[in-house]
Amino acid sequence: MNLIRISKRDDLPKKKEIVIRILAILLSILFSGVIIMMFGLNPAEIFRSIIEGAVGTPTRIRQTILTAVPLTITSLGIIVAFKMKFWNIGAEGQITMGALGATVIALFLPESVPAPLKLLLMLLASMLFGGVWAFIPAIFKAKMGTNETIFTLMLNYIAIKFVTYLQYGPWKDPNSGGFPRIAYYPDNALLPSLFGVHIGWIIAIICVAFVYLFINYTKKGYEITVVGESLETARYAGMNISQIIVTAMFISGGMCGVVGMIQAAGIEKTLVAPIANNYGFTAIITAWLSRLNAVACLFVCIAFAMLTQGGAYIQIALGVPSAVASVVQGTVLFFVLGSEFFLQYRVSLARRAAQAKKEVA
Amino acid sequence: MKKVLAILLALVMVFSFAACGGDSNGGGTDDGGDAAAAELKVGFIFIGAKNDGGYTQAHFEAMNKMVENFGGKVEVAYVENVADTDKQAALNAGTNLMDQNCDVIIGCSYGFKDALAEMAEANPDKYFLHFSGEQKNDSNFTNFFGSIEQARYLSGMVAGRMTKTNQLGYVGAYPYTEVNMGINAFTLGAQAVNPDVQVKVVYINSWGDPELEKAAAEQLLTQGCDVIAQHCDSTAPQLAAQEVGAYAIGYNYDNPVAADAYLTAPVWHHEKYLIPTIQAIMDGTWDNSVYYGTMADGYVDLGNLSDLIPAEVKDEVNAAKEKIASGELVPFTGPITFSDGTVWLNEGETAVYDSVASWPASLPLVKGATGSDL
Repeated sequence: MNLIRISKRDDLPKKKEIVIRILAILLSILFSGVIIMMFGLNPAEIFRSIIEGAVGTPTRIRQTILTAVPLTITSLGIIVAFKMKFWNIGAEGQITMGALGATVIALFLPESVPAPLKLLLMLLASMLFGGVWAFIPAIFKAKMGTNETIFTLMLNYIAIKFVTYLQYGPWKDPNSGGFPRIAYYPDNALLPSLFGVHIGWIIAIICVAFVYLFINYTKKGYEITVVGESLETARYAGMNISQIIVTAMFISGGMCGVVGMIQAAGIEKTLVAPIANNYGFTAIITAWLSRLNAVACLFVCIAFAMLTQGGAYIQIALGVPSAVASVVQGTVLFFVLGSEFFLQYRVSLARRAAQAKKEVA
Repeated sequence: MKKVLAILLALVMVFSFAACGGDSNGGGTDDGGDAAAAELKVGFIFIGAKNDGGYTQAHFEAMNKMVENFGGKVEVAYVENVADTDKQAALNAGTNLMDQNCDVIIGCSYGFKDALAEMAEANPDKYFLHFSGEQKNDSNFTNFFGSIEQARYLSGMVAGRMTKTNQLGYVGAYPYTEVNMGINAFTLGAQAVNPDVQVKVVYINSWGDPELEKAAAEQLLTQGCDVIAQHCDSTAPQLAAQEVGAYAIGYNYDNPVAADAYLTAPVWHHEKYLIPTIQAIMDGTWDNSVYYGTMADGYVDLGNLSDLIPAEVKDEVNAAKEKIASGELVPFTGPITFSDGTVWLNEGETAVYDSVASWPASLPLVKGATGSDL
């Protein structure tokens, strides 16, 4: 008695795909509009205000970019792992460890070290720490076939708790009046700004280009894609799967680690336990939305950052509850991610079955 | 499929037309009108929700009283639920408020300190006021706080009288000077009326988190504490106390949400600072001096003494309150020893503070109080 029949689509014409996507976006606008109306607000004004709040003034554009930078780089890191169907949901921990690596250099290298050298060392340290944090689940997966989802997730908590321990224990700043925080970075460990935004945005653009070229134009990138598509094929082609997994995860974690360094040296100016600020999880969504394409990822992350900043704006400007912006964001995600299902599967009402039943009656 | 798409497009269009039609009398124009009339716009950064029943609600209602006082001359904007454990959240909130033409930014949590200092430096034409921090600069950034220990001491007297087990529980935020000072005042107040009393502290290492606050209160209750006091933002400890028939002493805001447990609370009247300060900024007479309010100023106070408290205890506490306000009674009066046996204040010595910056760098708990982490 299946009234709805679901079957896998093997190929979908490009035109139909576009129609489904547009449909998803329209539906999300319609539904979030209805919900906004239920709050007693004017949807057109809310949508306009979100855009205005995200790009209306130079300050707002800067705020949007500040959110987009960590999101983009984290998403790119995740894309590298997801390309080979390694479900790295440990970006949060890799960001935290990256920030820790940068902090080791920032705080314990003599002040006399020139800023460019110090920043470069911090960058390398953040890559190393983030990379190692991703390497651990990768090597276990490669050698023992452990579940990477659980493993990477759990490593998040270990990283965050470890930094918490440092913040409350051995690294607690003696000049803080008993308040648990780590000493501030010296001036030569701070990220310089260009056009009013710290240079993390340049790093983000470099990362986009790097991941795009790496996935599409290098042997390693190709191998990663093959491992993701079919392990059997990769094995048959004589690829060293363990090595590919480990390398890709080191790159993935290394990029997430860089985010930690950018956030610590560009914004916090010290290391704090919640440095990753949920970017590691949000980036999973943006990575999916960009369909694991590095260039698309940049635009998806900017759009997402616009929604975040626009949401913050409407909360202040219109005095609406912050929940309204979350509702819009949630609805868009629900429909756009939901449309993926319809792109993968064909859903048809089982009319034939119903007809057959009628005939019997 | 095409048909569905067409219908949907049509719907969205109708919908947006309808929405545009209503635009002229929507909220947007209203704002513009206010902005034109108001002389000053003040932006608040709140750590919690405006209806949290405690810390943020106290700030929020003071904000409303300030607005009411100036009757349209002052406009406000605010951001709720801004984390104070990382700087980014406060920077974002402050930047967005300034982008909305706020002239004054008020940060209502200790952890906003660094963000405020940074923004003050970058925006010399705006004013930055920080509750509970010790930092200021030479021009446009200062801080405000008060002698909450005076009210803490009185709430300790209430607890000391009401306990039967002589075990008082205290849900603390961080083992930081501000928190320990409050615990010490509470302990000394309790000991003044009941020398056998012991205070057990559980630090949650957060300014406010209802889950952690509840867990800490429950831990204290199972250890035999029958009065729960708090230095954290929500009403969770009070509700936890009510559940097992114990008493509770709130904080920040007089809010008997757990009416069967609620005794009283040390409270803040932030409007006592906000109103004259905003007035001074508008008059151009503001200077960046630090404010440290007292019970005599009405800035710190003890909330209503609930009917659970016997009349003779009320009289005793009210008498002590008058003495504190007049300066006759100082909560930190020697001899006081710390729990490790070292002396804090000798006979005849007192400790009175006039700013957060004048506090000791770190302050252990006094004898009779013991702390642990959750």
